[in-house]
Amino acid sequence: MKTPIYFDYAATTPVDPRVAQKMSECLLAEGKFGNPASRSHKFGWEAEEAVEVARRQVADLVNCDPREIVWTSGATESDNLAIKGVAHFYKSKGQHIITSKIEHKAVLDTCRQLEREGFEVTYLEPGEDGLVTPESVEASIREDTTIVSIMHVNNEIGVVNDIAAIGEITRNHKVFFHVDAAQSVGKMKIDLEDLKVDLMAFSAHKVYGPKGVGALYVRRKPRVRLEAQIHGGGHERGMRSGTLATHQLVGMGEAFRIANEEMNAESERITALRERLLDGLENMEEVYVSGDMDHRVPGIINMSFNYVEGESLIMSLPDLAVSSGSACTSASLEPSYVLRALGMNDELAHSSLRFSIGRFTTEEDVDQAITSVRTAVNKLRELSPLWDMYKDGVDMDKIEWATH
Amino acid sequence: MAYSDKVLDHYENPRNVGKMDDDDEDVGTGMVGAPACGDVMRLQIKVGQDGVIEDARFKTYGCGSAIASSSLLTEWVKGRTLDEAESIKNTEIAEELALPPVKIHCSVLAEDAIKAAITDYRTKRDLDEEASVTG
Repeated sequence: MKTPIYFDYAATTPVDPRVAQKMSECLLAEGKFGNPASRSHKFGWEAEEAVEVARRQVADLVNCDPREIVWTSGATESDNLAIKGVAHFYKSKGQHIITSKIEHKAVLDTCRQLEREGFEVTYLEPGEDGLVTPESVEASIREDTTIVSIMHVNNEIGVVNDIAAIGEITRNHKVFFHVDAAQSVGKMKIDLEDLKVDLMAFSAHKVYGPKGVGALYVRRKPRVRLEAQIHGGGHERGMRSGTLATHQLVGMGEAFRIANEEMNAESERITALRERLLDGLENMEEVYVSGDMDHRVPGIINMSFNYVEGESLIMSLPDLAVSSGSACTSASLEPSYVLRALGMNDELAHSSLRFSIGRFTTEEDVDQAITSVRTAVNKLRELSPLWDMYKDGVDMDKIEWATH
Repeated sequence: MAYSDKVLDHYENPRNVGKMDDDDEDVGTGMVGAPACGDVMRLQIKVGQDGVIEDARFKTYGCGSAIASSSLLTEWVKGRTLDEAESIKNTEIAEELALPPVKIHCSVLAEDAIKAAITDYRTKRDLDEEASVTG
């Protein structure tokens, strides 16, 4: 078994070999290296055709019109274009934006920037289950609200928001609805014909495509208008200028085509692996799984091991590539803002690990993870004065800790 | 983050892990830090009649550097007098373990822990003496 074993598919995924093959056909002199915007020769026509095939492959996965897909450099850019684009274009109608506290930084930092420009932003609190309720969205819509941005699947805990219900509300109130779908596309069914979603952000590298490419879905009916954030040759109907990166787009298209074909079988397999991991760890004492158990994407699970500190836990797991809920490599020891927004106390947030499972994870990998985590947690608890106190029945909330 | 070999050694083979009886009058206990900040150290010393530290034990909730700092400290204080142990500086610990700047607070915590343990021991003793005088 090759170690470390990769359990960080929510951070990024390796490119599927089938995708790499398609991409390599668009680079060399004998391949489709042309500029898709070149209208006067075969090189350009071939590249343009490849890009349009890819656009259709992306559109097919989410059941929309290919003309509704705008290429970008990734989900971060798509989030920026959607939120800033709508906020700026409809500025004269209103300057209020609604989002949630557990969005990805691509959304939160974009909203912060708009606040600096004079917009007002409401940050909704999720429930303890990590879900943003449609009711909370409705309650915060105002006369001057122009856009609501809520993520489909949370990247840290894997819960799935009810974007169908939220979309009904935003449509009724004639407010645009943007969804960051970086963690959901290709992992679960998305039907944009059904959903009342106006904008949706996608990334290729979470779905076994290359990094540096993504797309934004921009609905045509009812029409959404955007102010471009990048100006240049007027590519992508003026919404996003810049020479199209043929090999990247072809890679994204192929990755989305494969996802469309294999999603059902893959979801089933990955769900089984997640359950195997849960079964192996959940019966330990003082272990908590974050987020609602019924509404979640197959591959992401976030667990907290109480009375064990996150950084030392990661340190005792050299054979696993997992992500920690606490960013304590900095001096500030900041626990995850997502877990905190769920109402989790700092200690528990510090002790959390995110496992994300994907296409190349095996049962042996999961079994190894179970053994390693159990050993590490037991070892660190033996070392932990907090574990002693828990075992002795001491109420740690009553102790006056000298915070430093 | 890259850890020094010494941190890794103490982390993988921590010395003197354990717990002594809080109520033993020869034992001083220091507990410092806070769970919310990500580290808590409990350091205990057992002091002989001659005022020399006979034994030391620790348990630490925290990062690898915090665990290593407390493990190292238990090795250092054994066989020293209380005054000697009290004069150990965090910089000596940080230097020995080659802690990076962001981990200096772990060595500070260890220094605080031994000071707290010594104070606890002395307070206990004074109370005992007062008790025996008045009694």
